[in-house]
Amino acid sequence: MITRMVPRLLKHICLRFVTNLFPAPHMPPSLTDALAEPAALTPPVPVGQRFRGRLNYDRAKCIGCRLCLRVCPANATDYIPEEKKILIHNDRCCFCAQCTEICPVKCLTMSGDCMISSYARKESVVTDTGPVQTDVKA
Amino acid sequence: MSTTYKVPIGPVHVGLKEPVTAWLELDGERIVGARVRPGAIHRGIEFMARERNPIQVIYLSERICGICSFSHVLCFIRAIEDLAGMTVPVRGQYIRTLVLELERVHSHLLWAGVACYTIGFDSAFHLGMQLRERVMDILELLTGNRVNYGVATFGGVRWDVTPELAKAMREMIRYYRREFTPFRDIVMDDPIAHARMRGVGVLTGEEAVRYSATGPTARASGLRIDLRKSSPYEAYGDIPVEPIVPQDHFGAARGDVLDRFAVRVMEVYQSLDVLEKVLDGLPEGPYAAEANLNKVLASLKKAEGTGWGIIEAPRGDDTHVVHLKGGDENVYWWKVRAPTYANAVSWPLMFRGNELADAPLIINSIDPCISCMERMMVTDGRGDPRVVTRAELLERCRRKTFDMMGRRA
Repeated sequence: MITRMVPRLLKHICLRFVTNLFPAPHMPPSLTDALAEPAALTPPVPVGQRFRGRLNYDRAKCIGCRLCLRVCPANATDYIPEEKKILIHNDRCCFCAQCTEICPVKCLTMSGDCMISSYARKESVVTDTGPVQTDVKA
Repeated sequence: MSTTYKVPIGPVHVGLKEPVTAWLELDGERIVGARVRPGAIHRGIEFMARERNPIQVIYLSERICGICSFSHVLCFIRAIEDLAGMTVPVRGQYIRTLVLELERVHSHLLWAGVACYTIGFDSAFHLGMQLRERVMDILELLTGNRVNYGVATFGGVRWDVTPELAKAMREMIRYYRREFTPFRDIVMDDPIAHARMRGVGVLTGEEAVRYSATGPTARASGLRIDLRKSSPYEAYGDIPVEPIVPQDHFGAARGDVLDRFAVRVMEVYQSLDVLEKVLDGLPEGPYAAEANLNKVLASLKKAEGTGWGIIEAPRGDDTHVVHLKGGDENVYWWKVRAPTYANAVSWPLMFRGNELADAPLIINSIDPCISCMERMMVTDGRGDPRVVTRAELLERCRRKTFDMMGRRA
């Protein structure tokens, strides 16, 4: 049966393949082994200008004012009273960038890092990423 | 001899996107009675809000719904601005309108695709999903995220529309004007889609009034209701919006699923027109009233009172009522009424006389968002959900009002 859909579908045969086969075109025999070699994986689609990824935290710059704790909707930031610094639980972060906005010394910035899924909860805690050179400005 | 059978659709069912149970009473294949029983996805967001300050609750309200997240955020923010007497710069209002309309385009396209999928028209579903990608890309360019944009704040918005973004949006509008019409024709001229949707799930105009349907569901039944016209907010005061009703475009309003489809399709074109007008009239100036969040927090801590926010979400009227107590930083109480709540009560009417195979289509036809809708849950303390009668609910509601009046006095 010729319907309006047929020419549409024929047109789609000539179109470019749009899906990014991430992280691999086919399921590898062992996913754990494949993930251990990031170079062999298909890179993700580049993120946009205003993308908000994992938080960068410049520990030396932090003055311990605790304003980020006040605005964080997900309670992702913890205060360490002995050191007057914070640490960020990335698994709880909802990437709203509210803490980067309120930070008076701008020691918190959003990075473009989006590959942050992990099985290890403790590894995704950010304590210090050093001074930021190229940050993705929100 | 007639024997009726009770068949549940849900809470987990391939035809449903979210858990809700519809107990259908069947005589053969025909539905003779229906009972809708929600209660499977209550999350207690209002309770969580009571230990958070309004800035934190912005991001909580965003998570009430994934598809119309900006509507809920804006509704909450408007309620807070209402009680605190904040003003929003004109550019901020225009950008809010822009995001609202972008969200409407993406919500309606998603729904149109899912409706095709529900009737088994998978090629049109994929076409709809492909069309939707463009507006998602624009939302990502503007806000950084595909859903849960985090773009609104008290007294304005957080990110500006740059000239490059405006250019990309105009390009998107041209793309939709070109590519959306084939999709509409494919579905609306298809004899099978017609046969599946015409005359199914009828809700007449009088019933829509009586059961207080809202949004596209009410408009498909022929009611000219649209908050963007009757109570303009943000930039809708400058940009007139006429409610889209099927009798203007197709002769008569039948209130069936095809009318609901047609209304949403026409609203996509309307949203494109509104987007173009917003981009044309985007005024210069600041886009947020107060950039210092500490000042915003301090002023909200002092604010006291009850604020209302009512807007036209893609699915209907969304209402938020918030109460803040002076000197208390956190939200004191917060009431959300999502559009699905108003529309879901007409489900039993829509089911009458239809076949069992149409039940998922009818459920999907109001564009339900069950997790938006489920705002309260009653249990007997042992964890068993229980039904509250209307009289009991009214009594409890009055008692709570009196309690609060006593507390406030």
